[in-house]
Amino acid sequence: MKVDWALFWPRILEATGQTIYMVLLTLIFGAIIGIVIGLLLYVTRENNIMESKVVFTILNILVNIIRPIPFIIFLVALSPLTRIVMGTTIGTTAAIFPMTIAAAFSIARVVENNLISIDPGVIEAAKAMGASSWQIVFTVLIPEALGPLVLGLTFVTVGLIDFSAVAGTVGGGGLGHIAITYGYQRFDTSVMIVTVVILIVLVQLAQWLGNTVSKKILRR
Amino acid sequence: MIEFSDVSKIFKVKNREVKAVQNVSLKIEKGDIFGVIGFSGAGKSTLLRMVNLLEKPTVGTVKVHDTDLMKLSPKELRGLRRNIGMIFQNFNLMTSRTVAGNIAYPMKLEKVPKKEIERRTKELLSFVGLSEKAKDYPEQLSGGQKQRVGIARALANNPDILICDEATSALDPETTADILKLLKRVNAELGITVLLITHEMNVIQEICNRVAVMENGFVIESGDVYDVFTNPQHPTTQRFIQSVNQDRPSEAILKEWRENGGNHLYRVLFKGSTTHTPLLSEITQKYGVYFNILYGTVRELQQQMFGNLLVSFEGDERAIKKAILELQQIVEMEEVVVHES
Ligand SMILES: Nc1ncnc2c1ncn2[C@@H]1O[C@H](COP(=O)(O)OP(=O)(O)O)[C@@H](O)[C@H]1O
Ligand SMILES: [Mg+2]
Repeated sequence: MKVDWALFWPRILEATGQTIYMVLLTLIFGAIIGIVIGLLLYVTRENNIMESKVVFTILNILVNIIRPIPFIIFLVALSPLTRIVMGTTIGTTAAIFPMTIAAAFSIARVVENNLISIDPGVIEAAKAMGASSWQIVFTVLIPEALGPLVLGLTFVTVGLIDFSAVAGTVGGGGLGHIAITYGYQRFDTSVMIVTVVILIVLVQLAQWLGNTVSKKILRR
Repeated sequence: MIEFSDVSKIFKVKNREVKAVQNVSLKIEKGDIFGVIGFSGAGKSTLLRMVNLLEKPTVGTVKVHDTDLMKLSPKELRGLRRNIGMIFQNFNLMTSRTVAGNIAYPMKLEKVPKKEIERRTKELLSFVGLSEKAKDYPEQLSGGQKQRVGIARALANNPDILICDEATSALDPETTADILKLLKRVNAELGITVLLITHEMNVIQEICNRVAVMENGFVIESGDVYDVFTNPQHPTTQRFIQSVNQDRPSEAILKEWRENGGNHLYRVLFKGSTTHTPLLSEITQKYGVYFNILYGTVRELQQQMFGNLLVSFEGDERAIKKAILELQQIVEMEEVVVHES
């Protein structure tokens, strides 16, 4: 059975839009939550500016539990919660919830690692200049970690495009859904190739954008 | 200005205790350039970091401007820190800010108006000689230039104290000399009290008026630089001074001299005005003996002259004895032993 391309192109376009929508919203919410968790992980470490064993241990265990779960399993496991929060488990918007949670915990580690690599001497200098802990977070930690952080977020974004395809296979819409229904269930190679090419282009775009922005920030 | 009273700092690492600073009492007066010298691990950084409470003393009190730091609220402590400039061995500049941005940073913390920040940043850049580099980033600067930025940043909020943690230890000798000159200007022109730590005796010799020597957490000797330099008591102090002031030729040279009939070798220390008079000539002529300067230096230290010479005497034994007795009334001298092997 052949696909009617005149009808099919608008669907592909729509699906591409859905994928971008899922990835972008996930990135925004995931980054906000992830940066907060990552910062908390960093500042509550032993001997750091807001040391707290309780907060650090809880967050650390949480991140360690959630991060290794394969996304497809996580997606299914989280669906009761997704239903409570989003009202449904089907569709593009519903997919954003599990994607955001999974992304947030990946981003948290990325953020934490970037913060750890900041020269502690710089933080100490700010302290010696009379900066409060919050001032250190916003005027030292975030600006100093921003360059590598953008690279880290780019890496995560490429992963998110992958997540979105997975979410698409279980009712999330987007290119993943197209690939599954046409390419996998109906063995239509041409559709498969088109979606793969679009996915590759999206990944390249994300990578290029991330590299350009981080280059600007890092000045190299 | 800064007063340590019986201060100790003990770090607990696992179940081991590190006594980083032990029973230190020191007073740094307004206008001093006070140097603390010691080998690595002596406890210098820990001592210095207690001045702005980056490190809390385990026992004892640290007072700045007669205020006990441990009695300050966190907010008062931040206020005090803004009044104490600090510079570091590795400069610790923010890579995400330009030179001007780094210098402006402490003023932003103080919520200084933007216009005033701009004016002050310009003024500081010109003071440290980096006006052309305002828009550069730290990675584009040499070590000496980075330290100048560090100094400008430390001066931004008009502190009355500047503390320096090995500020020249990462720099080559020439750059070190430039930075030391700048620190001297900070002290002389701006009236800022400087407390610095170093493991290099030449830093102390170049700019400090007072010095304390640390070893194993203890201050083993302290006083005016001139006094400590010309009359060191502790063996460690003597080692530091020898590092900049080699006062003895090699044993091989001394042995050769002895084998050629050399005798009556004395170390003669000239301090202050005794370097102005032809003392050696006068007294040796009086007793008809000859003197020979084998080795030594005469230098200026803290605007005073200091001579440290190895002198041998020749002539009639009894006359030499008399001449030496008379010299010893005026200058310090003691016989130098040449090891026979
Ligand atoms: N935060 C710390 N925790 C544990 N030990 C420390 C800490 N800071 C310094 N020390 C120890 O205290 C001693 C003195 O260190 P420091 O003050 O840095 O010496 P210096 O500056 O003279 O080289 C060293 O033995 C060092 O290992
Ligand atoms: Mg040190």
